[in-house]
Amino acid sequence: MLRAPRGDRLGPLRNRSRTLPDNLIEVRDVDFSRGDRPIFSNLNLTIERGDVTAIMGPSGTGKTTLLQLITRQLSPDRGQIIVDGVDIATLSQSELYELRKRFGVLFQHGALLTDMSVFENVAFPIREHTRLPNSLVRQVVLTKLHAVGLRGAADLMPAQLSGGMARRVALARAIAMDPDILLYDEPFVGLDPISMGVIVKLVGEISDALDITSIVVSHDVHDVSAVADYCYVIADGDVAAAGTPAELKAASSELVNQFMHGLPDGPVGFHYDAPDYHEQLLGKRSERA
Amino acid sequence: MFRDIYVTFYQFLSTFGAMCLFFLRLLQHTPGVLVKRFGLVSYQIYNAGALSIVIIMVSGLFVGGVLGLQAYSNLERFNAEDTTGIFAGFALIKEIGPVITALLFAGRAGTALASEIGLMKATDQLSAMEMMAINPLSYVAVPRFLGGVISMPLLTAVFTTVGLLGAHLVAVELLGVDVGAYWQQLQSALDMEDVREGIIKSVVFGVVASLLAVWEGYNSIPTAEGVGRATTRTVVITAIAVLVFDFMITAWIL
Repeated sequence: MLRAPRGDRLGPLRNRSRTLPDNLIEVRDVDFSRGDRPIFSNLNLTIERGDVTAIMGPSGTGKTTLLQLITRQLSPDRGQIIVDGVDIATLSQSELYELRKRFGVLFQHGALLTDMSVFENVAFPIREHTRLPNSLVRQVVLTKLHAVGLRGAADLMPAQLSGGMARRVALARAIAMDPDILLYDEPFVGLDPISMGVIVKLVGEISDALDITSIVVSHDVHDVSAVADYCYVIADGDVAAAGTPAELKAASSELVNQFMHGLPDGPVGFHYDAPDYHEQLLGKRSERA
Repeated sequence: MFRDIYVTFYQFLSTFGAMCLFFLRLLQHTPGVLVKRFGLVSYQIYNAGALSIVIIMVSGLFVGGVLGLQAYSNLERFNAEDTTGIFAGFALIKEIGPVITALLFAGRAGTALASEIGLMKATDQLSAMEMMAINPLSYVAVPRFLGGVISMPLLTAVFTTVGLLGAHLVAVELLGVDVGAYWQQLQSALDMEDVREGIIKSVVFGVVASLLAVWEGYNSIPTAEGVGRATTRTVVITAIAVLVFDFMITAWIL
């Protein structure tokens, strides 16, 4: 699936939203603020059906907020979010819940229900949305747990799991209803290298095996690049760059170059905005005089 | 200063309005929860009610004992110690039983409800339910609310009964009031109107205490500090609300 590279930040992307039939999710001209702080300004991007799309960017740029906008946990101040041809702002509560049945979400820390066992956590959406007999629910749950390698942990409680295991159980729960769209919110944060490798492998395998459209929000350039078909780099409330991982690594933009190669200083400064260092330490000359 | 008063009053009104809407949403989901999720409701009755029984019984016993002591020592001056049962019974059934049960409920079950829901929010469990197309109001909030509402009158009945027994222990067994006089005086003086007053209060306090606990947890700031603050607010606001409603109901009935 070939996409025109979105090029460097700003210019060509602004006010442009493609309407290819393969677009499963379109974010059109979205503005969003938290209080007085603008998060997105005229944001446009598209997610293609069947792709693993990575949303990357420095911390605090609104990557998780974007996921919350796509699932209408938040509403934009302006603009539209189209999911499979439907503007989600127009949906009633029941229609929104019907749409959400097509989503699977892996939260940053798993968000497992702490009063249920691993088995019951994965069975939870199945029991709530279907009338399958217990024997069939058991088979489905064990299948999903087997897919993430934790069939043997079915009887454990969430408090007994490591961070990586909790993330895998949450992934099994996210795919329990065979969703069309899988959203990963920082799936690699805080994991040891082995657990991270397992999650990276699962993201790729699940996407391929179930033909799911996946959106991976992360700032882990290396691991996301290994599984993503297409990447967006978000900074300063807009798409700074977009393209395949290889294209982004070769990008000439200073910001993208800094981000993709993890450089400590560049357009995203090492120092948070502050008054002049010498002035602050030693006081203004006039004051000293 | 006037601006501060205006802002505070405006915030109070907007919070009160939001809470009323939240209450209506709880009521809207109540029939469905009672039909489809009664298991969750019965678990919450156990959680809020059965697990509070020990503190309710111990408190009831000592409050009843104190009432027995006070009633006896004051009525004895007028040679009216046989009416100790009436004094203790009226106080427990109409006022002290419902009020102290509600205050104890706020401290034991209300804080547990608020902190549990607050922690679920802080750890994204409520968001996860939303994303699984499961309304956390009907899965988390309504069963806990109903569990509290159903538990409160039952706990009040336990508190009042044990309180009467505590007063009996002190007045009859320790101070020598005639056992027949104690119970017969109480039975003849008390009528259903008095019991009804106690029942009305316990139901209203159940609604108020459960609503405030669920509201505070559901609207807590999803941080450790936010959950702690929600828990504290649950106790403080419930205590004030219960006393205000107690006055209003008493004034209305009298």
